Amino acid sequence: MTTSTPVSDTTPHRHVIKGAVVRFAGDSGDGMQVTGDQFTAAAALAQNDLATFPDFPAEIRAPAGTLYGVSGFQIHFSSQDVFTPGDAPDVLVAMNPAALKTNLRDLKQGGLLIVNSGTFNATNLKKAGYAENPLEDGSMDGAGYSVLAIDISKLTLLSVKETGLSTKEANRCKNFWTLGLMFWIYGRPMEPSIKWIEMKFGKRPELVAANIAALKAGHAYGETAEVSHFSYEVPKAPVAPGKYRNIGGNQATAWGLLAATELSGLELTLGAYPITPASDVLHELSKFKNFGVTTIQAEDEIAAICAVIGASYAGKIGVTSTSGPGVALKMEAVGLAVTTELPLVIIDIQRGGPSTGLPTKTEQADLLQAVYGRNGEAPVCVIAAATPGDCFYMAIEAVRLALKFMCPVFLLTDGYLANGAEPWAIPDVASLPKIEVTFRKDPEGFHPFLRDPVTLARNWAIPGTPGLMHRIGGIEKDFNSGHISYNPDNHELMTKTRAAKIAGIADDVPEQKIEVGNESGKLLVLGWGSTYGSIREAVTRCRERGLDVSHAHVRYLNPFPRNLGELLKRFDRVLVPELNNGQLVKMIRSQYLVPAESMPKIQGQPFKIAELEDKIRQVMES
Amino acid sequence: MTNIIEPTRLTKKDFETDQDVRWCPGCGDYAILATVQRVMPELGVPLEQMVWVSGIGCSSRFPYYMNTYGFHTIHGRAPAFAMGIKTANPSLSVWMATGDGDGLSIGGNHLMHCLRRNLDIKILMFNNRIYGLTKGQYSPTSEVGKVTKSTPLGSADQPVDPAAFALGVNGSFVARSIDTEAQHLSEVLRRAAKHKGTAFMEVYQNCNVFNDGAFDSFREKDVKAERTVRVEHGKPLVFGTGNDKGLRLNPKSMQLEVVKIGEGGVGADDVLVHDETNSTLAFMLARMPYPEFPVALGVLFAEERPTYDGTVVEQQAAAVTKVGKGSLQKLLNSGSTWEI
Repeated sequence: MTTSTPVSDTTPHRHVIKGAVVRFAGDSGDGMQVTGDQFTAAAALAQNDLATFPDFPAEIRAPAGTLYGVSGFQIHFSSQDVFTPGDAPDVLVAMNPAALKTNLRDLKQGGLLIVNSGTFNATNLKKAGYAENPLEDGSMDGAGYSVLAIDISKLTLLSVKETGLSTKEANRCKNFWTLGLMFWIYGRPMEPSIKWIEMKFGKRPELVAANIAALKAGHAYGETAEVSHFSYEVPKAPVAPGKYRNIGGNQATAWGLLAATELSGLELTLGAYPITPASDVLHELSKFKNFGVTTIQAEDEIAAICAVIGASYAGKIGVTSTSGPGVALKMEAVGLAVTTELPLVIIDIQRGGPSTGLPTKTEQADLLQAVYGRNGEAPVCVIAAATPGDCFYMAIEAVRLALKFMCPVFLLTDGYLANGAEPWAIPDVASLPKIEVTFRKDPEGFHPFLRDPVTLARNWAIPGTPGLMHRIGGIEKDFNSGHISYNPDNHELMTKTRAAKIAGIADDVPEQKIEVGNESGKLLVLGWGSTYGSIREAVTRCRERGLDVSHAHVRYLNPFPRNLGELLKRFDRVLVPELNNGQLVKMIRSQYLVPAESMPKIQGQPFKIAELEDKIRQVMES
Repeated sequence: MTNIIEPTRLTKKDFETDQDVRWCPGCGDYAILATVQRVMPELGVPLEQMVWVSGIGCSSRFPYYMNTYGFHTIHGRAPAFAMGIKTANPSLSVWMATGDGDGLSIGGNHLMHCLRRNLDIKILMFNNRIYGLTKGQYSPTSEVGKVTKSTPLGSADQPVDPAAFALGVNGSFVARSIDTEAQHLSEVLRRAAKHKGTAFMEVYQNCNVFNDGAFDSFREKDVKAERTVRVEHGKPLVFGTGNDKGLRLNPKSMQLEVVKIGEGGVGADDVLVHDETNSTLAFMLARMPYPEFPVALGVLFAEERPTYDGTVVEQQAAAVTKVGKGSLQKLLNSGSTWEI
């Protein structure tokens, strides 16, 4: 909605715009996630580039009409490259007073508010904390946005009357009525959603009929009512040719693990305990037993990781997926995997902390926990995904490094990546590099801690292999025999060896590159993880305004890429924005002795592009 | 280590490692180790197909002394590691050594879930009713009032009975034996090895340093006939010198009672016959108060049920049969896609 030019050739009444940010907000029972998903599918089919982010309450069924029961879904779609779900919505759809109250402050100046006036009764207004009805008290006059107040509840009931549904069930169709209106506003075809409704409610024909009727009624409302000045067209985005699909972060993580089994030829065991926002990795992988995947829902976080270390010991790819509190519980076991030098992948889908914190909100505050959070000298490899689709590749990379270096690898994602989604170019599996794995078979000269001279990885001899029976455990091992050893010099040698092995991973991973901007200059904005899109967009905009700023995004956090220190020194200043109180910045300062500056945000919400732009400008002016 | 020996020709020596055994001289663990090493060759399992898993504690040193695959893990978590190993490779024979602290204190949760899942592993719990490796604190099986370094005025907590615990959480095989009774323990080990499912064996084990003589009142030669009852499936529950005593169910109190055969009109027929498939009887036998009743030893309960690892394998095979071996490319191309 940034540019708005009426065109007259093909669509006389539609304004061609670059793109828009739309937020659907309603009660958690209003079906906003379904509406958002369907609206997203339509944008993808129209070949817009897009990014989405749902924002739902921690309560499963919060009391209706309350502020904390509001569920939201935001989508940014465009004819140009999209890197984030957008800062402020151009269009806000508010299904009740509570949704209006919690979301209106975000609506962009000049934006459009679509509101279901049918829910603005005394009870709902009181629950939302409105003394007066904001639709009637004049508070919206001259507020800088347009208002479409429609009694969606009543119009929905009218539209589904013929299907004979109870009022309660009929009322539930209002999300499809709303979707129909939104489809009309952006000129989307209804057929794919009609098909979806038929598939979803196939067993109950009356629900199929009602939801389709509501969808069509909403669409017809747009056509007949006086909303034609709100009709838009977003052209196709110029994306590389190929086959695309939408992919969410947790789905991509799970599929990346499936890819790793296919690429390595090893079967995979996932151990997990249900935890938000990681459970979907367990759910997703549980569907794919035919890929040689075993999923274990363990009795707790500790059992989940211990089981998969056992599976690794027996020759599988051991993976555990969790969030921050789960990682805290698992750390003793991670230490065991460090000292027994077994391959292990720990996926930490970070959320707001400490303790229970903000379970459904995003944060990047587990970096130091992953890198340093164990007893003793226990280095591990830590990597992070940058976008939902990147989770696929980083999950493969985590498995590759764990198998090659016989070590635990943390893969950090977060709630924002986990629940976010983006269009994704489907890779050609045959072109993905194979993961080589060799099990030790030869008993000649064997001991369990014989090492590869280059990677320092120990040889992997799995139970069932004749002649290679051996014992491993948490007690320090003799460098030359693998037997338990309390020798002081040996302990230092083994500690240094384990550290050198992890440090050596730097030689096996890509060098740090600049995402946007020059290879040297005044300011480098250094990010990691899910902040990729916002930083990239903010730096791009600042460069368009002539600022000498570059963006680098770290995917390998321990060890850092081998050229990172040298790269940092080519810039006058380094700014590190993070969704925590300054963790990467500590590591950067201590490792490279550069005066990197911190930009922390700890609100359970991603960075807005605008706040990054402001900070960059402020730093460069200071 | 390089010689590969036919399982049928394995001997006790093949199961011994070159590592010095580091338990205190006189520890009951030595006797258990020797009995295990003596029985293992009978099982016909190749050395490389056997895995010993343990947690932390004196008993958990066990894997270092068995010339099989072995994993000495972390405190209390051995059942979880065993779950991963066994489900990853169900053809392995997985054995676990644990103690009363490792298995019932820090690891009580994992032990419970292992038993209810019926993972096909064999668990030896060395119960010495004390913490040995940390030098003498009371354990969850110590008697009330136990005076130790951490409880100078006596412990305040009620103990848990390992066998009763295992039955309570729906274990499919529960047995009891004693470290010094090599023959009895051997028989229990053989039965456990044959059992398809979690076989839980509680072994009373003397810690001669921190809890010496804990079981002397029923394991010494002169008292064991009177103070223990050896349970055997299908055989009457009799004990005493000359088998003159028996266990009878009092139908009014629904409790077991000790009766003297031939006295007060009690005949041999009045004595209960052990039925190892009867979980109620097993629970009563496990919970008999001592010394009013004898200590029950032997296989208290055994029931064949589907195993966790067996079901996992079945589900995987069924998935492949139903939808075919997974193809990543097919999956990536599934659902809603579009070409540009």
